Amino acid sequence: MNPVITANGLGKRYKSSTALDNVNFQIAPGRIVGLIGPNGAGKTTALKAILGLTDFSGELNVLGFDPRKQRDKLMGEVCFIADVAVLPRWLKVSEAIDFVAAVHPRFDRTKCEAFLTRTRLQPNQRVRQMSKGMIVQLHLALVMAIDARLLILDEPTLGLDILYRKQFYQSLLEDYFDEDKTIIVTTHQVEEVEHILTDLMFIRDGKVVLDTDMEAVGERYIEVMVNADQADAARALKPLDERQVFGKSIFLFDGVARSTLEALGETRRPSVSDLFVATMKGTYA
Amino acid sequence: MKNGTLNNMYWLVKREFWEHRGGFLWAPVITGGIFLLLNLMGIITAEVFGASRGIQIGNAGGLKVIINKMDAGDLDKVGLMLDLSMYSAMSMIAIVMGFVVMFYCLGALYDDRRDRSILFWKSLPVSDLSTVLSKVISATVLAPLIAIIVSVLAGIAQLLMMAITLSFHGVNLWHLLAQAHPFRVIANMIGHLPLYLLFALPSVGWFLLCSAWARTKPFLWAVTLPVLAGTLVSWFDLMGPLDLSSNWFWRHVILRMLVSVFPGSNLVYGSSKLTADGDNPLAFVDLAQTYRILTLPEMWIGVAIGAALIAAAVWFRRWRDDS
Repeated sequence: MNPVITANGLGKRYKSSTALDNVNFQIAPGRIVGLIGPNGAGKTTALKAILGLTDFSGELNVLGFDPRKQRDKLMGEVCFIADVAVLPRWLKVSEAIDFVAAVHPRFDRTKCEAFLTRTRLQPNQRVRQMSKGMIVQLHLALVMAIDARLLILDEPTLGLDILYRKQFYQSLLEDYFDEDKTIIVTTHQVEEVEHILTDLMFIRDGKVVLDTDMEAVGERYIEVMVNADQADAARALKPLDERQVFGKSIFLFDGVARSTLEALGETRRPSVSDLFVATMKGTYA
Repeated sequence: MKNGTLNNMYWLVKREFWEHRGGFLWAPVITGGIFLLLNLMGIITAEVFGASRGIQIGNAGGLKVIINKMDAGDLDKVGLMLDLSMYSAMSMIAIVMGFVVMFYCLGALYDDRRDRSILFWKSLPVSDLSTVLSKVISATVLAPLIAIIVSVLAGIAQLLMMAITLSFHGVNLWHLLAQAHPFRVIANMIGHLPLYLLFALPSVGWFLLCSAWARTKPFLWAVTLPVLAGTLVSWFDLMGPLDLSSNWFWRHVILRMLVSVFPGSNLVYGSSKLTADGDNPLAFVDLAQTYRILTLPEMWIGVAIGAALIAAAVWFRRWRDDS
């Protein structure tokens, strides 16, 4: 199948900094990609380039469109939730539904209303009367009722309590995602999305430093819990990271054979957040 | 029909109305209401004072006598007065509407950038051209249309109030109303709409451009830039080395940029070149007169510049990246 997004030499310079530095990647359909990086790494810039919200250098193809020139057409196939509370404060629930239903050819009104019956939102309620969590519920209901091929989520659960956050990703998986759809999500709450991601992309200082699917992560990166007497042997294998827990050392290795590591101690797949911390070491130094 | 361009535009304009119901609808309604209330209070005051001072012109049939003694020319003046009372209700609403349109345009492409809801609007398959055009239409058609409807209603109420008051003093109500020209006044108001659209375009374009371009405080930019430019031109004019006409600059550039959103400003603008004919002092608001402004090249240059400013606003709306 054709990739949903193809980026070749994608670059974006601001006056004083480089937000994206010659980035290349492809995203296939039916994937849930986590775009993870420290603050200011270029995640939002990459998403804005994909959405045609900003100019850039290089080549970018999204669903066969050039986001710079064909943004209006592209937005018929793409949905987008930026971090919470970007719905206009004066908008009523009923107005939001009416408007999106009128301008969006792929919007399914009954689906949207069905989502909303599961919430406490009232048709006459204005966004300014809603909590952050309710605003996201409304936005999600609007977006999930749109049969889009690509959904982009930029910190969608920022500032929400854990109930809303869990519900958000659960609805997304259960009621929205299928093999024809692609989701790109950025978030700092890596632990919460880890189990739903199929692909992982780390971005740092405008460069993609890791682009892999989750199965490959388990094969390539291995964490070993090593007793103190074997720690030096483990260090000799050049681990990415080392930390101490209960008198033992946990080492994170990149591309060392599993059989070698099993001799040193108990192995397991590292969590995305541990991998992230190890990869991003020294970012703010 | 669904998702045609026209259908989209209808909903975009409706969206503007939802957001700005207060300015577009309630501001003219409240202005009209206050105007009528003040008039009513004035009439009551006059009646009460008149009664307490024993100057009861009405009961003595004085006014009736006066009107009966009037010749046709004087009766015209009564009609003129009644027409004027209609226009006065309308002009208050027009001034308020001018401010509403001005601040609407200044916020139209700025407010959603400030609260970042632009990210929501931009996530829908609506072109930036349509978005900006819907705001132009809201400012130059929707807002004046509502103001005109409210004005006509307020004008009729005002006319009836005046006529009924006079009729208490023994003057025949229908006789009075026959002297007024409510239909002409209403036709003048409604017929003025296309003219307003064309005349307001440079102002609307300039405010929308500032709204789309300014990172902060579009109002300040929109006003200070032209005033600063005008002051500089005046200063050079004063200093004398260049033969600049600062009057011309203020009149044709600065005022057109800032004041043209006020309905009726075109009457003043064209008046030096287009003198009214006939002896009706209100002829200058008749359509036959007001439309003569379309013969002035300045008018069409203004329209062209307005269109260019709007095109620039569309460009900034598309590429301004600060959300």
